[in-house]
Amino acid sequence: MSSTSLSSPAVGTFTPEAFAAHLAAQPAHAPAWWLERKRTAHARFAELPMPGPTDEGWRFSSRETLTLAGFVPSTASAATGAAVPLLLSVEQATAALTFCDGRLVSRQALPADLAARGVVVGTLQEALRSHPELLREHFLSQPQKLGSEKFAALHAAFVNDGAFILVPKGVEVRDPIVVTHASSGAGTAVFPHTLVILEEQARAIVVDAFLSPDAPTPVGARAGAFACGANDLYAGHGAQLTYVAAQRWSLDTLSFQLNSTVVRRDARVQSLNLHLGGRQARHESLSQLQAPGAFSEMLAVTVAGDTQEFDQRTLQIHQAPHTKSDLLYKNALLDRARTTFSGLIVVDPDAQKTDAYQSNRNLMLSDDAEANSLPGLEIQANDVRCTHGATSSRIDPQQLFYLEARGISPAKARELLVFGFFEEVLDRLQHEGLHESLRQLIATRFH
Amino acid sequence: MSSLEIRDLHVAIDSKEIVKGLSLTIRSGEVHAIMGPNGTGKSTLSKAIAGHPDYTITQGDVLLDGKSILEQEPDERARAGLFLAFQYPSEIPGVSIANFLRAALQARLAEGEELDATAYYKRLYQKMDMLKIDRKFTSRSVNDGFSGGEKKRCEILQMAMLEPKFALMDETDSGLDIDALRIVSDGVNALRGPGLGILMITHYQRLLNHIVPDYVHVMYDGRIVKSGDKTLALELERRGYDWVKQELAAAAPAPATTHA
Repeated sequence: MSSTSLSSPAVGTFTPEAFAAHLAAQPAHAPAWWLERKRTAHARFAELPMPGPTDEGWRFSSRETLTLAGFVPSTASAATGAAVPLLLSVEQATAALTFCDGRLVSRQALPADLAARGVVVGTLQEALRSHPELLREHFLSQPQKLGSEKFAALHAAFVNDGAFILVPKGVEVRDPIVVTHASSGAGTAVFPHTLVILEEQARAIVVDAFLSPDAPTPVGARAGAFACGANDLYAGHGAQLTYVAAQRWSLDTLSFQLNSTVVRRDARVQSLNLHLGGRQARHESLSQLQAPGAFSEMLAVTVAGDTQEFDQRTLQIHQAPHTKSDLLYKNALLDRARTTFSGLIVVDPDAQKTDAYQSNRNLMLSDDAEANSLPGLEIQANDVRCTHGATSSRIDPQQLFYLEARGISPAKARELLVFGFFEEVLDRLQHEGLHESLRQLIATRFH
Repeated sequence: MSSLEIRDLHVAIDSKEIVKGLSLTIRSGEVHAIMGPNGTGKSTLSKAIAGHPDYTITQGDVLLDGKSILEQEPDERARAGLFLAFQYPSEIPGVSIANFLRAALQARLAEGEELDATAYYKRLYQKMDMLKIDRKFTSRSVNDGFSGGEKKRCEILQMAMLEPKFALMDETDSGLDIDALRIVSDGVNALRGPGLGILMITHYQRLLNHIVPDYVHVMYDGRIVKSGDKTLALELERRGYDWVKQELAAAAPAPATTHA
């Protein structure tokens, strides 16, 4: 029994009719496998139930607010670049792509020398023609293990376009490649995607920015917007990827962001997630350390204010010996915000000499805020070093007084102390200009 | 010409009275030292004036240029021209000295006015050079992992940058070796002038060899019990605080003294 009624809460806006319209809008050059994957994904999406009260992967998450109804899939929207808010300005970008409501609206081309060396900063739609085999191999090809199978399927069914970034063997791209995914908001559903492939010994910095203008109405006053994004990061042998995802959706957005990172031999991936926007924002991050010498550094900074809810689920899988992962997620909670961090380190039986670390730190700035922490370990090898921990702390009143005694207002003093709390994370980002851009973006949550 | 007038001040912590009716007036250009044995209320006095929330003023008043500051929040008092040099400065990990001082100076500007970054750094480096603080310290977190001497120099740096009307210096000499004491004292002496009034709180006389006060007050059991010029500090050094205690025991408790 697979038929689904049009008004089913399990599909909401994303009905078979809406999907048929989406498929019909795919370009003529779209290969059969692309369309077939979409069909399979939509069937899977419709078939899977919404997260239920006993789903372990959704412990502490609000489920009654996970509505799929009332949004307009991005296929129906006529996107223009006009609505894109410029909240993140990254100077000296090597190349840039800007999508609004799932359509490319502007681009800054790569310098000629990098293009000549085979670097590609393009769209998924372009890659369907130029790099179909690479796309097929890497696009949404990793398992979903953290609870959002349904939303991953929804993304796969409705994703229209996104970034396709390829850095060939031995090429280094020094300055950031910046991808902006904007939503015009007001009931829009978007499915941002970024695929990054770094071949052997390649290096790059990629920034994903997720932006939409804040609605003038208060949070919760209307259905809001919907964002269901995913990324695939692949670091080949000896490659070094720095990846920043800066999420500053409007405060009425329901957001899912599903990350997959594959780290090959001697490769290193540093990912930093900035969680700032959204009414309810769930982030799932999977790092697979597949060969010796692989290192994944997983960082996140969250400012949770108003009645925002942030839900972070992470998985560090050590599949080979001599692999390393280091996770540090820091949340600052204000007002009546809620956060949930659930992290698991898995060490496979032959992944000896694994070095894994996981830490979640919460700074509570309000008595009405709530931080949940669920750290976990699953170790099947016997010669490993795994540590994890979670802490919650408050602003130190002595520090606050010290700042105030210098003439700094209590509000500004709190902001400084929150930035101080985040600095340990931001400081790990080597690129100075990027660091400053992110600080400015974080500051938008305080003014 | 500014004045800081402490009028019959009573201060309590957790309803225990620590300062018990203290009066003192400091004018611009003057350096007053308050000396006294431990636990006599010296630090309480300075923190209460700065507006620390743990200290309750139960009676009396503090006036800056004739206007009571007791209704003002700590940050407002600071912007009005008060500066507390802490005995134990807080460590603020992740907040650089440059950003911290910038925020403090920005707070003194009118709404919408932006601090001139070039001029700011020029002045900051100049003051750091004066206090023999390595310029690399600008990017270090405030007091984080600093030695005792570095912390105190950082306090004086802040004082130099913020240019208060009155500085309350709480045990600035504690934890300093002789070299650090000299650097800090030279810094304070360089800031001395007609625009600044200083209240120095110290347990030991040695600081007063370096920063020579105009007036010396002896504090005991929450009150000023004796006042004089710099020679009083020397006499205290020679005869010890017991001398004051014995004098007090012999006579009725001395009334609080106000210096004109």
